[in-house]
Amino acid sequence: MALETKQVAMTGNEAVANAIKQINPDVIAAYPITPQTDIVQFYSTFVANGLVDTQMVTVESEHSAMSATIGASAAGARAMTATSSQGLALMHELLHIASGFRLPIAMPVVNRAVSAPINIHCDHSDTMAALTTGWIQIYGENAQEAYDNMIQAVKIAEDPRVKLPVMVCYDGFITSHAVENLVLVPDEKVKEFVGEYKPQHRLFDFDNPITFGPLVLPDYFSEIKAQEAEGMLAAREVILEVAKEYEKISGRKYGWFEGYKLDDAERVIVVLSSAAGTAKVVVDELRAQGEKVGLLKPRVLRPFPAEELVKALSGAKVVAVMDRAETFSTQGGQIFTELRAAFYEAPKKPLMRNYIFGLGGRDTTTAHIRTVFEQLKQDQERGSVDRKVTHLDVRV
Amino acid sequence: MSNLVEIRWHARGGQGAKTASTLLAEAALSAGKYVQGFPEYGPERMGAPILAFNRIGDEPITIHSNVDNPDVVMVLDPSLIGPVNVAEGLKDGGVIIVNTDLDPVTVKQKLGVPGNFTVATVDASGIAVATIGRDIPNTPMIGALLKLREFLPFESFMERMRHDLERKFQGRQAIIEGNLSAMRRAYQEVKQA
Repeated sequence: MALETKQVAMTGNEAVANAIKQINPDVIAAYPITPQTDIVQFYSTFVANGLVDTQMVTVESEHSAMSATIGASAAGARAMTATSSQGLALMHELLHIASGFRLPIAMPVVNRAVSAPINIHCDHSDTMAALTTGWIQIYGENAQEAYDNMIQAVKIAEDPRVKLPVMVCYDGFITSHAVENLVLVPDEKVKEFVGEYKPQHRLFDFDNPITFGPLVLPDYFSEIKAQEAEGMLAAREVILEVAKEYEKISGRKYGWFEGYKLDDAERVIVVLSSAAGTAKVVVDELRAQGEKVGLLKPRVLRPFPAEELVKALSGAKVVAVMDRAETFSTQGGQIFTELRAAFYEAPKKPLMRNYIFGLGGRDTTTAHIRTVFEQLKQDQERGSVDRKVTHLDVRV
Repeated sequence: MSNLVEIRWHARGGQGAKTASTLLAEAALSAGKYVQGFPEYGPERMGAPILAFNRIGDEPITIHSNVDNPDVVMVLDPSLIGPVNVAEGLKDGGVIIVNTDLDPVTVKQKLGVPGNFTVATVDASGIAVATIGRDIPNTPMIGALLKLREFLPFESFMERMRHDLERKFQGRQAIIEGNLSAMRRAYQEVKQA
């Protein structure tokens, strides 16, 4: 099959809005003011120009946006919204309801700092605070990956084995507002790929009336949550199946993570999203000097691919995990602590250290990445890390 | 990375630096390049100093930080020279293109920083007022850029630009033609020292 190769120039948000246009959901509910992204602004022009069949509902807050999306989804519609930063924080209690109802809502989240101090720029504080809400989380490095993940998210969420909502995360401004090259999948291929949404249970099935969200007391609540966790476990297969199927229409491979020059790497940086792209440049530079360095860019954080990550890093001597959000546990960032825990049973453990970096949009440059690799080299020579958690590029 | 051109735009809010970086990226992409175009978002006030960036090359671009070591610096507002060190991090052999009616030798003296770089000047505001009818110096500055850095053949770039402007300003022929002739004039009139 001939694959599309025509490059187009779009911002991350424009790319994701185009993915949603191709998905053509029944309902989009959105709060049309900051912290909303321009995804829904682009989308509203598609609606106004008659390019999609979506019913667009503007609401008075992100809390209401998720409430309306949940209502539409429970009714049986393919429903979406988009958010960022404070908006995700404001809809937090509804995140649990969407997953608790087992509603397959796919939502782009443009990663941005959460106030205070007031800041509109990129970090991962917003989605890291949502890791325990029962949503699948997928991260992308650039506009291409954000677009590809958006299309795959619908199919993952709606799989009857999963039936869980999905956040499609990518970096605020760095990816969301930067124009870059990408390749779109033709409309009809996306349409065929996502297919028609056929909910197993829906409120608008009047011959088979059901209830969403009744009171469940201690005698059954645990069972409901255990089933939700089973859905997350099933997502482990479905995410890979969907990636394989998507490769057929796009030619692009996806999995749990991207390894970059990882195979024989002794010193490895683990970092999400756009900073991984910058790190690739440094890996290339250092490799040219004969340094055995590599990169691991996680793609999926929920479910957490512990075994796969441990396996991929089993040959490494020193690993730096870079987290773009504080946890205030004083024990390091979220990815660091989870990855470190994943190594608990591993026979071979690399030295591991953590960097908290890029908060509130602090520019992360090749010079910063070079500093991290230099410190890893010193750790390797010393045979121990000199510091477990470091705030990178912070004035003292 | 071979042939990668990194550009930093200095402007004031409202002068169209973000649009310029986007237009340049789109037109370069149509010409078969890998591109990035992005602004640095800050307090978005009319008149505040702002930055925008481009990367244009022949291979996929994975770096996602701001441009700290540009090959080309574009200064849309000459009053930024002084308050802002526009030459900061400029690569050896780089070029600074300034929107001003002063000659490049005078501007180089005003910059007052040592280094192996070229200064070029073009009265982009004057050209914009004459051709577009408003002081929007962004598109003529792209014209001047193409004269100094021939990373794309001028005539084919202009064709792409016409296509992109037609999409952006559907049917508003005066604006489209105004921008194109502004670019052409700046391409011809830019002076360097």
